[in-house]
Amino acid sequence: MPLAERDTPFEDSKTCPCPKTKIFSESLWMIKINNLSCGYGKEVVVKEISFEVKKGEFVGLIGPNGSGKTTIIRAISGFLLPKKGAVLIGGKAISATGRKELATKMAVVTQSPEATPPFSVEEFVLLGRVPHWTRFQFLEAGKDVETAEKAMALTGISRLKGRKIGELSGGERQLTYLARALAQEPDLLLLDEPTAHLDIGHQVRIMRLLESLNKEALTIVVVLHDLNLASLYCRRLVLLDKGKLRKVGRPKEVITEEIINEVYETSILVKEDPDISRRLVFPVH
Amino acid sequence: MQSSRISTWTGWTFSLIVILLGVVVFSLAVGAVDLPLRKAFFLLTKGQGTPEYTILFEVRLPRILLGFAVGGGLAISGVILQGMFRNPLVEPYTLGISGGAALGVCMNMVAGGSRILGPLATPISGFLGAVGVVFFVYVIGARGGGIRLSRLLLIGVMVSFMASSLIMLVMAVTKTEDLHGIIFWIMGSLEEPNSFLTRAVTFISLGGMVLSFLFAVDLNALSLGEEDAFHLGVEVERTKKFLFLIASILTGCCVAVTGIIGFVGLVVPHVMRLLVGGDHRILLVASYIAGAAFLILCDTLARVVIAPMELPVGVITGLVGGGVFVYALSRKGYSF
Repeated sequence: MPLAERDTPFEDSKTCPCPKTKIFSESLWMIKINNLSCGYGKEVVVKEISFEVKKGEFVGLIGPNGSGKTTIIRAISGFLLPKKGAVLIGGKAISATGRKELATKMAVVTQSPEATPPFSVEEFVLLGRVPHWTRFQFLEAGKDVETAEKAMALTGISRLKGRKIGELSGGERQLTYLARALAQEPDLLLLDEPTAHLDIGHQVRIMRLLESLNKEALTIVVVLHDLNLASLYCRRLVLLDKGKLRKVGRPKEVITEEIINEVYETSILVKEDPDISRRLVFPVH
Repeated sequence: MQSSRISTWTGWTFSLIVILLGVVVFSLAVGAVDLPLRKAFFLLTKGQGTPEYTILFEVRLPRILLGFAVGGGLAISGVILQGMFRNPLVEPYTLGISGGAALGVCMNMVAGGSRILGPLATPISGFLGAVGVVFFVYVIGARGGGIRLSRLLLIGVMVSFMASSLIMLVMAVTKTEDLHGIIFWIMGSLEEPNSFLTRAVTFISLGGMVLSFLFAVDLNALSLGEEDAFHLGVEVERTKKFLFLIASILTGCCVAVTGIIGFVGLVVPHVMRLLVGGDHRILLVASYIAGAAFLILCDTLARVVIAPMELPVGVITGLVGGGVFVYALSRKGYSF
């Protein structure tokens, strides 16, 4: 889809996976966050936040450092329990869904993974099939290998499949983590800063890949620091400020000089590129 | 890919079993009295009642069986704990299990527990000491909900130091004959006259192997970090509890019967990781067999080096294991 067409309201889009007759039904929502407060220990990081993500949407979570983006991803994924409020995935409370069942529907690419696992790329991507296994399954079946190979082909890392994870560059590593998440065959993909520390080539490659996956009905929620990438690729943005929801809407509604200058406490210029009908952010020198 | 992996794993398992059988045969044949294998076969069929038969089947074979169970048990405890903590320095004794067991045995010797429980007093007190420490470490480590591994590790190390201090205190005030008993127990030995204990440890060790294998895939997921394992559908807290329990019971039982035999639980997992890779589906099996072979071999060397006298098996495991460990670490490309 050309960039200019991306601002089409999602409800009218031909790519919407849900029939219009169900537009207000519960099943339309992939994620519903109701009055969510959560944090670590006694500290409350995210305060009374509510928003929804529809099936097939591509939503960007943006905001300054420490605004609660990662905390929200952790709450949506169930890794962090809410102190108040609720998170519903596909109309079902996350606390009422089994871990394994959830992992077959939702995949998460975490921010700067904490460990370097002792596996080859192929073995690592195959771990994405584990949620589909029974308790007494110890070896991958033919379908698992096939799905992992598809995920590696899609992310362009098939040539790396024999390499160890520790030997990969930052960009290759991020693509490998994405391939593992895709091997889970999820309906919902959560990504926490997938473009952090990557060069512009890898950043664009990853965002284009996410865009094409979204076109195939995969719902995506991605944390981004780069406001231009968020503006270019996301259909809707959720802007957080000090743990609270500041603004939810289409990129041109969220990325305005007034809002961004206020939330990020800086001076930036916002210009609209008429060719692509997108807003771009420039720091003021 | 799948079939090549299975054939590689089968190859490793088969090779290690062959090595284990070779070590068992070697261990049966050598000692203060040399018994060639042909003679051993003859003794098996027609030698009942002869001194050689007694040496072979009532002294060496039970010792080999105990070496198999303890070597395998300690090795997979090491694999489980290193995998769970994602820390290459963790071994079965790091969490204070050995310190607790040693403290239990010291208290028993000083209090004269064998007057009531007979020869079972030492293993029972060792096991109770190990269980007491594990329980203490776990309760403190899990305070505030969920097991925090770094906290658990630190508490384990601190409890180990406390147990060592208490052991020194007991040794400082105890009688000389008790002191000898404590020192010999701490040095570790596979000589166990009670065949029930040998059978019990073998059963527990093999059971621990089967149970831990059920968590092999979860251990693979945990090697990515707790958060990533959670996102792959692993019930992280429940899995950590099970793994901690399996490793603790295995180590507690081994230590209670044989005393403190070091290095097996640290070195064998590292060497096997170097050889077969980090996938716990093969690493657990390979480490169990290799740990068994390693301990039987070390015990045999301990028996023959200065025969008819015996070296403490810990001396051999430390020297051989330490050497192999340094070699493994110096290998290019080895990373945990």
